[in-house]
Amino acid sequence: MLNKYPLWKYLIIITVLIVSTLYALPNLYGEDPAVQVSATRSVQVNQSTLAKVEAVLGEAGVKPKSIVLDERGILARFNNTEDQLKAQDLLFDTLDTAYVVALNLAPSTPSWLRDMGAMPMYLGLDLRGGVHFLMEVDMQAAVQQAMNRYRDDFRSVLRDEKVRYLGIKHEGSVAEGNAYIRLKFRDAEQRDEARKVLNKEFPEVDYRNEEEGDAAYLLASLPKKEIDEIQKFALQQNITTLRNRVNELGVAEPLIQQQGVDRIVVQLPGVQDTARAKEILGATATLEFRMVDEENSVATAMRGRVPAGSTLYRERNGDPILLQNDVMLTGDYIVDSSSGIDTQNGGPQVSISLDSKGGRIFTNATKDNVGKLMAVVFIETKVDRRMIDGQMTRVKRKHEEVINVARIRERLGSRFQITGLDSPEEARDLSLLLRAGALAAPIDIVEERTVGPSLGQDNIDKGFASVVIGFVLVLAFMLFYYKGFGLIANLALGLNLVVIVAVLSMMQATLTLPGIAGIVLTVGMAVDANVLIFERIREELREGSPVQKAIDLGYGKAFVTILDANITTLIAAVVLFAMGSGPIKGFAITLSVGILTSMFTAIMVSRGIVNLAYGGRKIKKLSI
Amino acid sequence: MKLFKEIPNIDFMSKSKIAMAISLLLLLAGLISLGVRGLNLGIDFTGGTLIEVGYQESADLDVVRGALTDAGFGDAVVQHFGTSKDVLVRIAPRENTSSAQLSTQLLHVMEGTSDKTVEMRRVEFVGPQIGDELMEKGGLAMLTALACILIYVWLRFEKRFSLGAIAALVHDVILTLGIFSIFQLEFDLTVLAALLAVIGYSLNDTIVVFDRVRENFRIMRKGTPTDVVNNSINQTLSRTVVTSLTTVLVLVALFFFGGELIHGFATALLVGIVVGTYSSIYIASAAALMLGVSKEDLMPPEKEGENMDDITQP
Repeated sequence: MLNKYPLWKYLIIITVLIVSTLYALPNLYGEDPAVQVSATRSVQVNQSTLAKVEAVLGEAGVKPKSIVLDERGILARFNNTEDQLKAQDLLFDTLDTAYVVALNLAPSTPSWLRDMGAMPMYLGLDLRGGVHFLMEVDMQAAVQQAMNRYRDDFRSVLRDEKVRYLGIKHEGSVAEGNAYIRLKFRDAEQRDEARKVLNKEFPEVDYRNEEEGDAAYLLASLPKKEIDEIQKFALQQNITTLRNRVNELGVAEPLIQQQGVDRIVVQLPGVQDTARAKEILGATATLEFRMVDEENSVATAMRGRVPAGSTLYRERNGDPILLQNDVMLTGDYIVDSSSGIDTQNGGPQVSISLDSKGGRIFTNATKDNVGKLMAVVFIETKVDRRMIDGQMTRVKRKHEEVINVARIRERLGSRFQITGLDSPEEARDLSLLLRAGALAAPIDIVEERTVGPSLGQDNIDKGFASVVIGFVLVLAFMLFYYKGFGLIANLALGLNLVVIVAVLSMMQATLTLPGIAGIVLTVGMAVDANVLIFERIREELREGSPVQKAIDLGYGKAFVTILDANITTLIAAVVLFAMGSGPIKGFAITLSVGILTSMFTAIMVSRGIVNLAYGGRKIKKLSI
Repeated sequence: MKLFKEIPNIDFMSKSKIAMAISLLLLLAGLISLGVRGLNLGIDFTGGTLIEVGYQESADLDVVRGALTDAGFGDAVVQHFGTSKDVLVRIAPRENTSSAQLSTQLLHVMEGTSDKTVEMRRVEFVGPQIGDELMEKGGLAMLTALACILIYVWLRFEKRFSLGAIAALVHDVILTLGIFSIFQLEFDLTVLAALLAVIGYSLNDTIVVFDRVRENFRIMRKGTPTDVVNNSINQTLSRTVVTSLTTVLVLVALFFFGGELIHGFATALLVGIVVGTYSSIYIASAAALMLGVSKEDLMPPEKEGENMDDITQP
């Protein structure tokens, strides 16, 4: 029979309707101003932290709407932003600085929806406000640093092996990719000797001989693979460092991501003080290796009698420890560090490589201290904003923390391991910190986009208004132009909007202002499928087809056209997605999603309603 | 309600020469303007720093300009943005100053121009290398999209249609760019996105007409290709107009209520849709006709010899 849908098609439509409504629902609930307390490397957020936070807030009379502890930390929701800001100040002052106290907007999705995994759309920075940085790692500097290290290493290896050389210098340029180190020798024999020694110590380097007059030369250059390695490492190291520093900023949902081969994207939603963000991201961290003062008592020092030549430090778990003031080695000499498994006992370990100069210093420093305890101190300069005499002032604060204490088992050279760590996670954290303290390639901000909170809200309001107004205009027009069928198209269009929102929420795609424009545009274009169908039906009616047949032919003939037209638009949208960046991607996503969902709603859903309303009955005239 | 009581019978193709002449003239004007004046590129492409601040009361641009000049930013472009309380400052990229510091310095200067708090609304800094890259990427995206579409239409239809469609798209893109150049409207990333959406939209229109032409070639036994094309355009005319109208409706909403940031985007699409609707009627079909599209080209080979009447009257 014409214009009857089998039951399963109706079931599909109903299912999509229900699922979409559920997943689109969280977007209606809005957000609560909240404060999020999370832990950095050295502390944990647990029940006692929760109790403390509750006590602090209770004392000050700030009543949270709800307060929960989950794997990400403590989330305290408030009734208004005033309470939220007050709570942040309170917690910032009372909690240990190792905790991150961040302002956040927490979706107030009811728990039954959250349990289904339904979440509101993720808002882009242009809608929620925040900072976007694109940073570029100076790869030439990274390679140059490596070349300098090799030059120093060559020197010391040749000296250690008692091979005499006349000179060593850089030639060529890193920028042009033809940099090399030229070593000069008195004769070919010594050169060959040097080449053997260096090749054994640094097999990753390419060596080439050159003669000129009496002198013999050895040219050492880095192969492409090695340069790629150096650059990859420089990028990774910078990402690690940035990640650590972003923790200091107190950002609820930061994003730090590699982009391309030499760039890093940092997105900090909600951060307004870009100057401070830049200072902190650009801060420097250093490491110091020091001997533990085992002769004097920590307890005595705790009572204020710190022995001369020693300083009282805190370990990561808060325990006090007494360290000697003499610095054995600084982190600048660290070339690499990685975590792994100790082959002897299977426990987690961290391997550290120093450059040759560092290795020599370290050998000297450790040879007399075998059997004693050595500590690694992590030092960072943080910038805080504090109210001083009613004025916001930047205060530099040196943050020092003992990240590891280990017993020296033997004389240590340029490569050594730290073992006896509690867990693989601890090993990984430690290796990351060691790298963060190492000399990193300089980074440059090449793009910055900051959106203030008021502009973000403005953008949301305006975007929402234009969607609603555009939608209403189209609905009115369709109803006026196609009457009964117009109403059907409008129902399909309404559902389309719900499905788009649901799909975007499920994908957790980032909604941007151009993304909203994409939705608006889709509303305009989605009715096109219905217009095509309805015009076809009118044509068939005009040619004298009976009503039921006209509907069937109209849908049938229009289908191919709709498919072709939409696929071509989809091609443009996909290209836009593949090549676009940031907000443009948001536009491409909503446009693509809108095209796909509109095919479903405009064809299948509208047909379903038509069939339900007209199918299988004798009808003289259509309201079209 | 119906736009046309009967299917209209307008002889579009007889006027295609005039239309082509007008189009060529417009294209020429656009190209000349693009060549002479170029586009008013936004900082997305030129690189530079942009700051938007909100004052609590109407801001005097001369005061802001003066403060900026005193601080050594004499080259800054200062303008109101949306309302008289919002001020937008643009500065070209400069050498020897760290990008990160520049926006911070600018913000300080702006803060000094009013006793009341000046609110930072937006800061954008784009390094010159990024600008070049975005430009390159944008051009590449445009060409890739055109190539993909060329291939798709070629496969689905026929090469003359494909070329006709591309001619229409190039026409739309150049005219839209031309309008942006002639009126020196700011061309930024969102406008580039809109331009790609225009390609998608204009093509949508063209495909609908082509689809009908293909169908009609198969069922109309008599009639020259010109008649077939004319008929097809007439048959799809009310759809073309209605869809353009609904799209224009939402774009008008976007233009008036979407805020300043989305203005360029809405403008580009409005221009593009008007031009695109026109081009799918006059340029795409006329170009396909001129290239000599004929009935034989569109006959599906496997259906050869089948009685055509069977398709029309099942």
